[in-house]
Amino acid sequence: MGFTRGFSGRPRRQAVDLPPGQYLTEDFPVLTAGPTQHVPTERWEFTVTTETGQVHRWDWPALMAIPAETPTVDLHCVTSWSKIATEWRGVSLDTLLADVETTAEYALISSYGGYTTNLPLEDLIDGKAWIAYQYDGEDLPAEHGGPARLLVPHLYFWKSAKWVRDITLSHSDEPGFWETAGYHNYGDPWREQRYWDT
Amino acid sequence: MSWRAATIAGVRPETPTARTVALQVPGWPGHEAGQHLDLRLTAEDGYTATRSYSIASVPDGEAVEVTVERLKDGEVSTYLTDGASAGDQVEVRGPVGGWFVWRPRQTEPVLLVGGGSGVVPLMSVVRRHRETGSQAPLRLLYSVRDPDAILYRDELAALDKDGVDIGYVFTRQAPEGWPRPPGRLDAPLLIATAFSPDLAPTSYACGPTRFVEDVADLLVIAGHDPRRLRTERFGPSGGNP
Repeated sequence: MGFTRGFSGRPRRQAVDLPPGQYLTEDFPVLTAGPTQHVPTERWEFTVTTETGQVHRWDWPALMAIPAETPTVDLHCVTSWSKIATEWRGVSLDTLLADVETTAEYALISSYGGYTTNLPLEDLIDGKAWIAYQYDGEDLPAEHGGPARLLVPHLYFWKSAKWVRDITLSHSDEPGFWETAGYHNYGDPWREQRYWDT
Repeated sequence: MSWRAATIAGVRPETPTARTVALQVPGWPGHEAGQHLDLRLTAEDGYTATRSYSIASVPDGEAVEVTVERLKDGEVSTYLTDGASAGDQVEVRGPVGGWFVWRPRQTEPVLLVGGGSGVVPLMSVVRRHRETGSQAPLRLLYSVRDPDAILYRDELAALDKDGVDIGYVFTRQAPEGWPRPPGRLDAPLLIATAFSPDLAPTSYACGPTRFVEDVADLLVIAGHDPRRLRTERFGPSGGNP
């Protein structure tokens, strides 16, 4: 491949280190496969289900009662946009999983509305993932996954499931919605793991 | 999925701000109606820019067409709508997306609701539906700013004449004598156009975020199964997921 005649591109921005094939955006695109879910906090609940079937449950007041963190993270969407230094408020998965007894290696995330995504459990712990309920100082809007979404910014953003409802831990890896529709099972933006090689 | 070298086979204007770009992609594996592709441009100094575009054409060997609307300050769209010409080299990766697709084996009614350039992947469905002689009932509802902004105008007019069920919503300016004053797609019109939920239709909505949010919310309120509702939101950074 040579170059594209007549294409010069924007002025180069060297200041920010982005994963391969990504470009910066200032807006916050909404990308969802189906309708936006509208889940009132009064009937919101979040569960962690272990491989032995044990269920840990939080309702909204319980989530609010847990000390929150305010991570500032970069987002990388598989459709090639990246948004840097986004500010969130939420509860670390380390906190939520602290009392969960498990030897599972994998997690399957389920959302209100039926969306699913999968990842190794180790990608949810050690300060890498949150249940986030505020974005940029405001309550998280429904179209961006509110009242609460998973935030796991070191993977492509489809792993950060909107309207998160349950995390089921398992010894086996079960591909989720996009993972069965041609997208990569793991999705590391720095290794540009966008799609399954087919 | 790897990048393939592709050649621009030709361009044709659709509207004052949109063009269809025909690509020749050796090794293209074929696609389903509704899918998109990634397109990569490389500048002389090696700088690259990648964007996702919906495919407008039906499967046809190495030939693939996308329709591109010029975005304000669009780095790639501006090249495609203003600069690109036959013989230019680009790279293509795809097809991408296994959800916002219509397959000829689907027999249930199909509602297609497009806003602006969101009509592009829906056009692929309309064309595929026709090409395969599908008996599935199909309706296209196309929301567009004004008559001059209609993509595929002549082809849609011919299809309409031929009995394909096509409706328009003009948001800013309607043609003379148009029965409905200009305005956004509203609940009564959408519900009147949508198939009854009892028929278990599959509905596809594609367009700007707000438009798709509204269409999806209205259909769900009207009793449509959210799982039979497929959406694709077009922002400056649109595409799946």
